[in-house]
Amino acid sequence: MDIAVPLNHYLILSAVLFSIGVVGVVSRRNVIIIYMSIEVMLNAVNLTFVAFSTYLNDMGGHVFVFMVMAVAAAEAAVGLAIIIAIFRNRRSVDVDKVNLLKG
Amino acid sequence: MFYLFGFGALFGALSCVLARQPIMSALFLIVNMLSLAGLYAVLNAHLIAALQIIVYAGAIIVLTLFVIMLLNMREKEGLAYGHKVVLQAAGIVVVAFVFVGIASKAGNLAIATGGAELSAGFGTVVEVGKVMFTEYILTFEIASVLLLVALIGAVVLSKARV
Repeated sequence: MDIAVPLNHYLILSAVLFSIGVVGVVSRRNVIIIYMSIEVMLNAVNLTFVAFSTYLNDMGGHVFVFMVMAVAAAEAAVGLAIIIAIFRNRRSVDVDKVNLLKG
Repeated sequence: MFYLFGFGALFGALSCVLARQPIMSALFLIVNMLSLAGLYAVLNAHLIAALQIIVYAGAIIVLTLFVIMLLNMREKEGLAYGHKVVLQAAGIVVVAFVFVGIASKAGNLAIATGGAELSAGFGTVVEVGKVMFTEYILTFEIASVLLLVALIGAVVLSKARV
């Protein structure tokens, strides 16, 4: 463990990465970039898990990161299938044009 | 090492979110993922670092790149500049500052309650496996069901008519 770096620095880095992901989800209109921003957010959470896990000497965090990766893989499969289905039907990946439920 | 990888992760994430083309975005996401894998290795999480490269950089990003190339999008994406977006951005920045502030304090609490020396073999496949297959066996089984559901869902969604 790199003692020179306090736990706070990992947490701050993780919070900043998560915020960048939120900005991506809110400000972009391309559904694939929104999807990648969600991946950035998931990874920021993983970093927090691993940092706490190491600094508290408890490997439960590693197991949870493993589960988050399983969820991310499932999300990738289903999400990309949905993106392809949307593009096939509408010839577009702009989320503002997908407004079927808007009423 | 932390600052090197941390800068790489920040640069990758920012460029990913700001890139004009989805394909550049995906490539910068790889930079982000690899930097995070380096951070995990610095944190003694060897198994997680390997998984990060294999699962994220190896599988998820490649799948994303396939989809981007398959779709061959030509349309220009416009950022919706306007009153609403400025308000949203301001809100996000405020929340982000609060969030970072909380994060910078949370570490002190954790160090006060724990901060033990690392046990032998911390983060290796053997030790993480022991924890995963004893204490968290139910979670592991649920994850396998989740992956099965996702598999079936992806097959159903990618049939010709949805």
